[in-house]
Amino acid sequence: MSAGFQSRGAPLLLSAYAFLVYAFLYFPIIVLVVYSFNGSGVGGFPPAHWTFDWYHQLFMDAALWDAVLNSVMVAAVAVAIALGLGLPAALALDRTDFPGKALFRRLVLLPLILPGIITGLSLLMLFVAVGMKLSLVTITLGHGTALISVATTEIFAGLQKLERAQEEASLDLGANHWRTFWRVTLPNLRVSLIAAALLIFTLSLDEIAVSFFLIGRENTLPLEIWSRLRRGITPEINAISTLILVFSIGMILLWYRLRTRLQRTQESAAPLVPAAIQGESA
Amino acid sequence: MYSRAYKTAVTIPPLLWVTVFLLLPYAILFCYSFWSVSAAQTIVHNWNLQNYLQLVRNPIYLQVLFRSMRIAASVTVLALLLGYPLAYYLSFHAAKRKDLLYQLVIIPLWASYLVRGYAWKTILGSDGVLNGFLQYLHITHRPVEFFLYSPFAVIITLTHIYTPFTLLPIYASLEHIPRYLVEASHDLGASPWSTFRRVILPLSLPGVLAGATFAFVLTLGDFLAPLLVGGPSGIMISNVVVSLFGAAYNWPLGAAISFCMMLLVVTLLFITERLEKRLAIS
Repeated sequence: MSAGFQSRGAPLLLSAYAFLVYAFLYFPIIVLVVYSFNGSGVGGFPPAHWTFDWYHQLFMDAALWDAVLNSVMVAAVAVAIALGLGLPAALALDRTDFPGKALFRRLVLLPLILPGIITGLSLLMLFVAVGMKLSLVTITLGHGTALISVATTEIFAGLQKLERAQEEASLDLGANHWRTFWRVTLPNLRVSLIAAALLIFTLSLDEIAVSFFLIGRENTLPLEIWSRLRRGITPEINAISTLILVFSIGMILLWYRLRTRLQRTQESAAPLVPAAIQGESA
Repeated sequence: MYSRAYKTAVTIPPLLWVTVFLLLPYAILFCYSFWSVSAAQTIVHNWNLQNYLQLVRNPIYLQVLFRSMRIAASVTVLALLLGYPLAYYLSFHAAKRKDLLYQLVIIPLWASYLVRGYAWKTILGSDGVLNGFLQYLHITHRPVEFFLYSPFAVIITLTHIYTPFTLLPIYASLEHIPRYLVEASHDLGASPWSTFRRVILPLSLPGVLAGATFAFVLTLGDFLAPLLVGGPSGIMISNVVVSLFGAAYNWPLGAAISFCMMLLVVTLLFITERLEKRLAIS
């Protein structure tokens, strides 16, 4: 539609600048991956002695795999909590009116923008106040609570795009609200729910700021890496970081494709989660 | 249209959860900020303003707060300088590669914070990649120490982490600019530069504001990057809180600082939301 403007092509300077920004964004990631195959350690230049030793060492590292297992369990339950509460919250924001709705929206979405330290610390004080011992359970509750914000924005975006006609037809044909919810609304939201679950799972797996304060004796993967960083760095950390990146990138791309599939019918790329927090005005 | 039972089912569970796991913890944090620690290292519940007075009287806290705000402002400016041109390029000049290039921004947005922070540590360290590279080229003969463990390292790392966050709302607001306005400006003889300055830039300001708020707020509350790459001169206000909750064992004082941070963040969000609304109307 704006072909006339776009077909002039990008000014050379702007294209070069854009390329440099991408280089800045990807440079550390590339360095990290390259040095995970470097036989002579994390630093130095040029990298020498290509090797898979660090990956080999990684696969033998039982403590690390325990942490991976812990993280997966935490993330799975966090997804259940965030979706279980994010879905009703999104429905409430989309379809009902109640006193204090604006406040409710702000409160639910606050952890998106509030630095993790505040969410983490205030939950720590809650758990101490009720005498709950810190463990993977407290971390899971923390992740679940913080990520309701992501679930709500994702599902809310899906609800906004839903064809209401089908639901109205179902109601007109005599199905009650529950039946309509289970048989029409929920199936239509399937893609949004899966996309939200993927994103929440990835974010929980990578989360460190909230976990930092809620950790008991057992580590999640980012905290295990964190505690090793204090003892000094080895390419083994590059290797595990590379695997985390590969996994995250896979999940993010999958999430992105599901989301664009939802948006195909709509106008061009809609604002994503960070833009959504700015509320109706954005 | 919806029955009372439906409304109750979608509002009450998230409302309850958010009250118990967000509102209540914030309230507990607020209470803590008026308590104190006895000589025997127990929390004393005698309500007073000592903690807040200490924050004002002891210059250390204000110094660290100002340093944090300086770092946050630097990161915000850098993230805007990197993010805006790239968002502009994506929105107006990426043409067929738009989708791919957009995905390339999304990936670092959601990819692990810890992994990216760690990558910068391996690059900037005294026997890191950058120093290795400089010595390899015989530009320097001894490792340069100041790359790592300095405010500079914190700013680079956080700019890298928050640039995609800043870019996204800017991109969303650029995408919402009706293209006929841009074309009209061209047709009326405005140069690309004056079209940008008089049409595009003013219309994208709400996105710039949202992006800048993200970068500023998230940087201000960050404590992991300073621990990872900051060293003593890169200490930020959240690190003070972390130490008060750890070795220094003064939870009430830590809670007072956290509450001030929270107040600052919420005020900032309130102001920017107002400003955005005003910009959107005018």
